[in-house]
Amino acid sequence: MIEFRQVTKRYDSDHTALRHVSFELGRGELAFLTGHSGAGKSTLLKLILLMERPTAGEVRVGGQLLNTMPRRQIPYVRRHIGAVFQNHQLLFDRTVFDNVAMPLEVMGVSHGDIGRRVRAALDKVGLLSKEKMNPVQLSGGEQQRVGIARAVVNKPPVLLADEPTGNLDPELSADIMHLFEQFSQVGVTVLIATHDIALIESMGRRRLTLSQGELLAGQARRAGARA
Amino acid sequence: MSRTPRKPSESRARGAGPNRSSLSGVLASYRSHHLKVARDSAHRLLAAPVASAMTWAVMGIALALPVGLLLLLTSLQGISAGWESAARVTVYLGGQVSDEGAGQLRSQLTGRDDVAEVVLIHRDQALAEFRANSGLDEALDYLDENPLPHTLLVTPVDSARNAAGVDRLAGQLGSLEAVARVQVDLGWLQRLAAMTDLIARAVWVLTVLLAAAVILVIGNTIRLAIENRRDEILVAKLVGGTDAFVRRPFLYTGAWYGLGGGLVAVAILQLAIWWLNGPVRELAVLYNSEFSLRGLPLDGVLGLLLVAVALGWVGAWLAVRRHLDAIEPGEIAGAG
Repeated sequence: MIEFRQVTKRYDSDHTALRHVSFELGRGELAFLTGHSGAGKSTLLKLILLMERPTAGEVRVGGQLLNTMPRRQIPYVRRHIGAVFQNHQLLFDRTVFDNVAMPLEVMGVSHGDIGRRVRAALDKVGLLSKEKMNPVQLSGGEQQRVGIARAVVNKPPVLLADEPTGNLDPELSADIMHLFEQFSQVGVTVLIATHDIALIESMGRRRLTLSQGELLAGQARRAGARA
Repeated sequence: MSRTPRKPSESRARGAGPNRSSLSGVLASYRSHHLKVARDSAHRLLAAPVASAMTWAVMGIALALPVGLLLLLTSLQGISAGWESAARVTVYLGGQVSDEGAGQLRSQLTGRDDVAEVVLIHRDQALAEFRANSGLDEALDYLDENPLPHTLLVTPVDSARNAAGVDRLAGQLGSLEAVARVQVDLGWLQRLAAMTDLIARAVWVLTVLLAAAVILVIGNTIRLAIENRRDEILVAKLVGGTDAFVRRPFLYTGAWYGLGGGLVAVAILQLAIWWLNGPVRELAVLYNSEFSLRGLPLDGVLGLLLVAVALGWVGAWLAVRRHLDAIEPGEIAGAG
């Protein structure tokens, strides 16, 4: 589903964020992306979301080569990738419902379908009763779950998360991780960038470790799995 | 969970369209989205009434000024065109010419190739008109005899109704023995025509400049709106909103600004014409003219509104081109 082949990303002449990174994630696979700050985690996620382009190497999502994707095609790629951020990126000028509805609105889904699918996603993260509230009234954990509902509302085959449990206590973090596991069980490829080593070890899932832009472990495993 | 992730290849084929709905479903959803965006952007303008009203007023004034001058110009061109086509040569006969002599001269002139019509105004008739119009009724009673001569109003044929033809005719008439004086009113008409041409050019220059000003004002207003909604734009782009989707609310906002500005301009023009027309008519009557300021006809109103909407849209489009495309969600994900 996600495939990196000898990917290098160089920002300026001296700063190289990623060096020859190769790995592959299959359909329904859940993996963690670790490494300390500046190791290149965000850069890797940005390459998948087409916020950045690789300097060298190939990035494929769902078999599609992203390197040469024309700019106007980018939105259609992003519609197949759900993204969750540490700071949730929720909009506080509208309700929880309207926040979650955004990915469907940009796709031109009809009004009735939007209502049905948004409620299904909110139900999934346990926030159906709060659809009419403003996200600002919610706790940190609830806001993060609204972000997750928004990321999965259009059923994307790929789900990315950047420090999704960064500000949460261990119990809430475990809840969130449990949600991600459920998505991977129905075939969503999930890649989670995190610092939370304890959490990663408790889950016993595949781990991609970046150090100074190089991938240390995890690149070989499941190399045969293809979307 | 009932969701099953779909393969990108399958969903990519559907492109921008929503789920497996029919074409008419897609169109209906597209139209309802446009309506929603149009409504939302109108609500946003009305939610900040003072700021919106100020933009509308600026636009209205900038539009009303050139349109008002254009209206004045068409009114002026109306006079000169009307008079030129009715260009007549007024021939005053000598005081010694008798009634019969005047009648003969009239027949003689009517026979000319370049003359369409000759009207004889008898000196008594002229005196009666003068008495009625001048208000010098009593003063005239003191005169022993009628001081006015017979007058012939000579209308040239169409082919001679131009500056050269009228000049030649006037020259020939002036050399006749019975004629005391020939008067052609073309001189000031030509000056007026030259002046309106000049004013027309100036007005068009002004129009272009003010249209540019309107576009810049709207562009700047939209730029501020873009800054205010930066987060929303980032999220929309992140979840796969196309450029067209992200631009749409701002283009509608520009169009609404344009419509509001156009309505203000129409109101300003109607008020100004209503206020000026009374005095203008009085003045025109003093010059024996039917001149009056022409209001904006209905199709002119519609045209003005359409142009205003277009200017607002263009201003918004320029701002969106310049500022919106620069907002990329790359900045959302932190460094690291």
